[in-house]
Amino acid sequence: MIKKFIYLEWKAFIRSASFGKNLAMKILIGFFMLYFSVIFIGMGVGAFYVLKDMKLEPLVTVNKFLVYYFLFDLLIRLLLQSIPVLNIKPLLVLPFKKPTIVHFSLGKTMLSFFNWIHALFFIPFSVVLILNGYDVVGIVFWHLGIMAFIYINNFLNIILSNIDKLFVVFVALIAVLAGAQYYKLFDITEFTTPFFQNFYDIEGVFLIPILLLIGLHIYTYKYFKKNLYLDAGLSVKQDEASTENLTWLNQFGTLGTFLKNDIKLIKRNKRSKTTIIMSVVFLFYGLIFFGNSHQPAMMHIFAGIFVSGGFLFVFGQFVPSWDSSYYQLMMTQNIPYRNYITSKWWLIVIATFVSTILASFYLFYGWEVYLTIVVGAIYNIGVNSHLVLLGGAFTKTPIDLSNAGGAFGDKKAFNASAMLLSLPKILLPVALYALGIYFGDKMIGLALVAVAGILGFVFKEKVFTLIEKRYKIEKYSTISAYKQKN
Amino acid sequence: MIQVNQLSKTYNGTTVLNISNLEIPKGQSFGLVGNNGAGKTTFFSLLLDLIQPSTGYIKSNDIQVNNSENWKSFTGSFLDENFLIGYLTPEEYFYFIGDLRNQNKADVDALLAKHEEFFNGEILKNKKYLRDLSKGNQKKVGIIATLIGNPEVVILDEPFANLDPTTVSRLKKIIKELAENPNVTVLVSSHDLQHTVEVCDRIVALNKGEIVKDIQTSKETLQELELFFAV
Repeated sequence: MIKKFIYLEWKAFIRSASFGKNLAMKILIGFFMLYFSVIFIGMGVGAFYVLKDMKLEPLVTVNKFLVYYFLFDLLIRLLLQSIPVLNIKPLLVLPFKKPTIVHFSLGKTMLSFFNWIHALFFIPFSVVLILNGYDVVGIVFWHLGIMAFIYINNFLNIILSNIDKLFVVFVALIAVLAGAQYYKLFDITEFTTPFFQNFYDIEGVFLIPILLLIGLHIYTYKYFKKNLYLDAGLSVKQDEASTENLTWLNQFGTLGTFLKNDIKLIKRNKRSKTTIIMSVVFLFYGLIFFGNSHQPAMMHIFAGIFVSGGFLFVFGQFVPSWDSSYYQLMMTQNIPYRNYITSKWWLIVIATFVSTILASFYLFYGWEVYLTIVVGAIYNIGVNSHLVLLGGAFTKTPIDLSNAGGAFGDKKAFNASAMLLSLPKILLPVALYALGIYFGDKMIGLALVAVAGILGFVFKEKVFTLIEKRYKIEKYSTISAYKQKN
Repeated sequence: MIQVNQLSKTYNGTTVLNISNLEIPKGQSFGLVGNNGAGKTTFFSLLLDLIQPSTGYIKSNDIQVNNSENWKSFTGSFLDENFLIGYLTPEEYFYFIGDLRNQNKADVDALLAKHEEFFNGEILKNKKYLRDLSKGNQKKVGIIATLIGNPEVVILDEPFANLDPTTVSRLKKIIKELAENPNVTVLVSSHDLQHTVEVCDRIVALNKGEIVKDIQTSKETLQELELFFAV
């Protein structure tokens, strides 16, 4: 029986729209996976020595942060790890026993990327600990305890995934805990650190999470099996709809019509909602660079571009794929392409503008830092907005709006032309900035980048004509690509 | 109204549509029948410039559809659920199409009121997004949306499929009404010979991409078609 399942999975894997098509993409995906694996393994190996260098006891320090690590892991899972519910439907009426289906589905989630990625960190870390004279048995037990927690998260995600507001609750929880700790009101790690430390210190404590995991597995199994009906666990939840007219946008004519539609698109679909979350995450990207003397000054503009560019990169990159499910409709309506693109452009501009205002907390690092962000925003509006829209003409991957996981899970979004176009988005401003620093100082660098942005803005109409032409050339292949749903 | 000239579509050496000449005069209600793979949807897709012809061209109101986009302002069409925007409510969808066709809210509301019976109370004010409607109800929305803005050409692909018997008879009434208007050209495709014969003045049967029958509807038409498609 299981053999049949594995056969199905293998077919699903090799025939997924992303995978089948071309070798270049496979190599690229392989490269990315390798890259992230190396980073994680490197972190696992490096963590010990870095912490030692900072005169901290490595194992205790890691244990201290584990509670946040697990909370954050659960958060990411809630956001991105989807439960393979859809593939189950066709199996229900075939002669498979229900327990087999459930076991297989649960087993499948256990093999997920979201689980084994952690091993890439913890295994090398454990090995380094043992090599440095830590007790072998203790470390193995500690390791098992940690792995049990990771799988506890895996099952928690399955049980909790149907509850809507949970994501916000977890964000709030992490924020409150971290805040309380920062202001020394309440330190949760005082309680959790010894708990995790005991996995190592006291033999047998690691059995607690393992037993917890087994219990949770049994519970999830029963829960899943009980809900294996089309109108229960397998039902697709329907939102109650409310008609919104957004009449204030009417004054913008056709542009307003599209903006209205785009706002609803973002508000009402899982996948597009993640773009908003990502834009907020990007806002904090600069924290890595500013006020960090280890980073070369050249990278400041890099951060400046990203701080205000979250929406641009995450949403803009997939124009017009957001409209892929009804692209045929758009193509038969009396729509000038230019208005369509202009509306997306405005959306990007508004989002960049709002991000720039929200980023004003960077003033804390001095006005020069904020100026960098403003210049980055100018460049984003003037040049990058055009580039993402142009890149969109080549992005022919249909987007499943109801699936949040796509934002990263989708390796499909890569293609050569879009990749090439992404180079000037980041490298050009960095080069201009570096040039400015080389021949003068930071201000000249910033001025160069800003001028590039303003120039792009000045030639907006010309560029739009070019983009429009591209979209028209690509029209038929785009339509046919969007028809191939996954 | 619609002229087809030496039109063909070929995929990897297989010709799926080949119409050397076809003329549909203004005001005609035109039915396209044929088995699966006969080329009905391909023909409509070509007419809507959704795919490119391998040879030849289609002119709609003297506008060659793959050269100019001006035909869009007088053409209403619904091929399948890819024409619906899933995350909108039916009302929002109608107003969206209305905006694109320069119809104000009142115009759209008037049209919706006229077709209230067709909706059968299942579409409007139902607090559901289009993606959550049943196939049949989605189709109702799509069909009525094609009528927004008084188009001169109305194209419906398989409009009778997925509809309940009551709605089918109401839809026939709507199509007949459209057909009576001398300014409106209606193009309908279907597997269902009887429905098509009932609403169309002229029926063209396609088989493997070729026109095999072209008849003005009369009493004997249904029998003739049934005989042709019977094996």
